[in-house]
Amino acid sequence: MTINRSWWLIAAAAAIVAAPLVVPGLGGEFKGSDDQGTDAIAAARPGYRPWFQPLWKPPSGEVESLLFSLQAALGAGFLGYVIGRRQGRRPEERDNVADR
Amino acid sequence: MHIMEGYLPVAHAAGWFAASAPFVAAGAVRLRRILAERPQAKMTLAAAGAFTFVLSALKMPSVTGSCSHPTGTGLGAVVFGPAVMAVLGTIVLLFQALLLAHGGLTTLGANVFSMAVAGPWVSWAVWRAASALGASTAVAVFLAAALGDLATYAVTSAQLALAYPDPSSGIPGALIKFGGIYAVTQIPLSIAEGLLTVVVVNALSGRADAVDEIQVLSGGVRK
Repeated sequence: MTINRSWWLIAAAAAIVAAPLVVPGLGGEFKGSDDQGTDAIAAARPGYRPWFQPLWKPPSGEVESLLFSLQAALGAGFLGYVIGRRQGRRPEERDNVADR
Repeated sequence: MHIMEGYLPVAHAAGWFAASAPFVAAGAVRLRRILAERPQAKMTLAAAGAFTFVLSALKMPSVTGSCSHPTGTGLGAVVFGPAVMAVLGTIVLLFQALLLAHGGLTTLGANVFSMAVAGPWVSWAVWRAASALGASTAVAVFLAAALGDLATYAVTSAQLALAYPDPSSGIPGALIKFGGIYAVTQIPLSIAEGLLTVVVVNALSGRADAVDEIQVLSGGVRK
């Protein structure tokens, strides 16, 4: 039952995230909210200069997306490893899940 | 929820560092104690950190037509209590500040407070309240993760409103403005995070529908 429920939950989460992209009228520019926040500060305080700059910036969008992907991949990879270990370790309990 | 580098006035930046520091220090102490007393929880602890690592890298589209990312801090807060997430969240925020120019070192205190302190504490409080009211593990975990995520973005909005009050409508006006950018965008994403957290708690515990799912994960029940 739980395996089934997990798939439904994943599908629902995917639908929530995909809806703005496919449902007409929900879309927009899909700018990052962090950037919009920064823009709102600039609009409220014209001429505001950040008093500190990042020590290092990814030189291009490609490098930035590489590092973001790396962050997600490392996290997902490790999470998958732990889940796999747990599931593999208890075959007797896994078999009790009726819908598998 | 990342306030960008250099975008908080010096006094605010310093104030949020002072507010966050005790939580991170207490979290480090708690983390050491959990690892010493319940070594069997080590893998789950690392998995909770990994979950935050993944989710905070994923910028998702929202119904408001902008993109934002979940935080993933609810999982660890429910299983291990909110204190340890101050440490794990700080690690994630440092990674993003140093390697992605996302967030910043001067704004680290403020960002730690919203994502690694306020969010986890709200998650934990919601988890306790929902459990006490008799909600099932799945429902309580969902509510905890979703509301903790939302709380993080509400706090970010408040931090910016305090730093940049509207010239005419003051702090309340600025709160509505920043809340519109951060918190409203976050509503559907926090629901998605809640759903995913239920799935991951279940997968990690490896025990379908066990009443003590969370206790198994926290290492409270020796296997």
